[in-house]
Amino acid sequence: MTPAQAKNWDEFMEGIWRQNPVFVMVLGMCPTLAVTVSAVNALSMGLATTFVLIASCFLVSVMRNVIPKEVRIATYIVIIATFVTVVDYVIQAVSLALYDALGAFIQLIVVNCIILGRAEAHASRAAPVPAMINATGMGAGFTIGLLALGVVREILGAGTLFGISLFGASFQPWVIMVLPPGGFFVLGAWLLVFAWWERRKPGADVAEVTQHA
Amino acid sequence: MNTQAMEIQATPTAAMIRTLGIVSTVCGLIIVGAFQGTYTAVQENKRLATERTVFKVIPAAKSIVEYQAGAGGIQPVAGEVPAGALKFYAAYDGSGRLAGIAAEGGAKGYADTVRILYGYTPDCRCVVGIGVISMRETPGIGDKIVTDKDFLANFVSLDVQLNAELSGLAHEVKAVKHGTKTKAWEVDAIAGATITSRAVGRAINDSAQALLPKLVPHIDKIRSKS
Amino acid sequence: MHESIGQIVVSALLANNFVLAMFLGLCPFLGVSGKLDTAFPMGVATTFVMLVASLCAYGLNLLLTSFHLEFLRLISYIVIIASAVQLVEMVLKKYSPGLFRALGIYLPLITTNCAVLGVALFQTAREYDFLQSMAFSFGGGAGFTLALVLMASVRERLQLSDVPAVAQGTALSLMLAGILSLGFMGFAGLGG
Repeated sequence: MTPAQAKNWDEFMEGIWRQNPVFVMVLGMCPTLAVTVSAVNALSMGLATTFVLIASCFLVSVMRNVIPKEVRIATYIVIIATFVTVVDYVIQAVSLALYDALGAFIQLIVVNCIILGRAEAHASRAAPVPAMINATGMGAGFTIGLLALGVVREILGAGTLFGISLFGASFQPWVIMVLPPGGFFVLGAWLLVFAWWERRKPGADVAEVTQHA
Repeated sequence: MNTQAMEIQATPTAAMIRTLGIVSTVCGLIIVGAFQGTYTAVQENKRLATERTVFKVIPAAKSIVEYQAGAGGIQPVAGEVPAGALKFYAAYDGSGRLAGIAAEGGAKGYADTVRILYGYTPDCRCVVGIGVISMRETPGIGDKIVTDKDFLANFVSLDVQLNAELSGLAHEVKAVKHGTKTKAWEVDAIAGATITSRAVGRAINDSAQALLPKLVPHIDKIRSKS
Repeated sequence: MHESIGQIVVSALLANNFVLAMFLGLCPFLGVSGKLDTAFPMGVATTFVMLVASLCAYGLNLLLTSFHLEFLRLISYIVIIASAVQLVEMVLKKYSPGLFRALGIYLPLITTNCAVLGVALFQTAREYDFLQSMAFSFGGGAGFTLALVLMASVRERLQLSDVPAVAQGTALSLMLAGILSLGFMGFAGLGG
């Protein structure tokens, strides 16, 4: 790998692992918990957010030198809201059932702190290409996080995965998992698993960095 | 000194307004583009979704027409439904004869509002089927209203005939405790999901009480497809 | 299908609590619920902003609907909420410095609180009239405050107990929130 490639890879992996928005930074919690009752919903929400993230970061990065810093937040919000509106209409055009399942949380992508956070902390200082790579990584990390929740909740709470029945008719679903408390419990459990993993392997951070470099 | 301070500020303000103006214009264009680009697909999807639910509650139906029932009788829906008027769907069979009427109702269930669509046929003056449009009832308990065969059997011929003055239903539609249904206008509740069952009963009752007195006197107008 | 004002308030406050049942406003819920002294003012400030936002959104929606510009709804809601928060901040600073000192630091945070935008979007989606919208935002805000205060009280007590190191921090807060949410499920069916 050339140094440039390695740098890009590093930018990309940052969002997936070291700064995973769901498990490490615990950002954008509202959609994380609200829509992950099934794997399909989780995946769609993740992809929608990723699109908004990439498109907004690209535009912010292109315009980074012409946006006066006094009005930058207002500009970012307008840009993000635009792409969210686009996603909103695209999902309606693709599948109304999905649109109903995700409900108001599609429009609430606007206030997902991950996007504004990326626009402010990264895209406003980087060239378009690195900004997009970084945004893609973050989006992928967010999608993976949502899927991790959606898969567990769907399997336990409904006995299915992507709508396919796993255990047959005799399975008594653990309904609480697809209800609001289940969302809190499953995310809490995932965080426990990660915390345990970090503690079990002291110096894991060092090994991690060498692996990527 | 005051003027000087204003002069220093004047340039950034113009720049700010210019940038915001450019950004808003670009964003406005993107939004309008997305709206126009998806408009036909979205409308088509919405129409298909409505048709699918209507066809489910009136199995004989092959096509639907939207109507509104207001103080001035029945008219086809054109644009917005005016305040006070109620929207319903007239469903026609393959030969263009009225197969039934479908209308929406809603009532507060266990977790949130339960919105349903019910099918009505003028011949038996009864409800012949229901479909759920949206609900957030407890999975495994309240959401049995979609799957429970005994419960759905309530809506094969649920009596909703009007009283002699045509001002309301002759008998209020009401959910009763599981196993105690004796009359044709009673809904036998699901054991353990009484609140959700009651919401379905109330949704039908409220909607039928409001709609049918306005609709039934004029029903001959829409007997065949126009 | 006409929901009474009382039903709306009770539903938004308890059965469909914004934080514990609808997952709105989780960031401040987890971030500011460490101490009771900050949790309560934060809740009050959010309720206030929600009322203002709901009022603005109601007016704006009337305007947008009359011009058939529904596709601009989201972008104009977020802009008007951000401006409303700024305006509230300025007005408070000028006319009520005491209140500003108490709530001021929370106001900028509230702009990106999804509960505020959530109120505006939900009241539009459910076609609430003016009084219903106000009741909804008041109930929602009070529910947010209630959840925040409950959470802060529990967390203050937990500081004195012996928690396994691996479970400290967000994981523990989430488990607590899950238990609270379980408790709030018991309110479902109220006013039905």
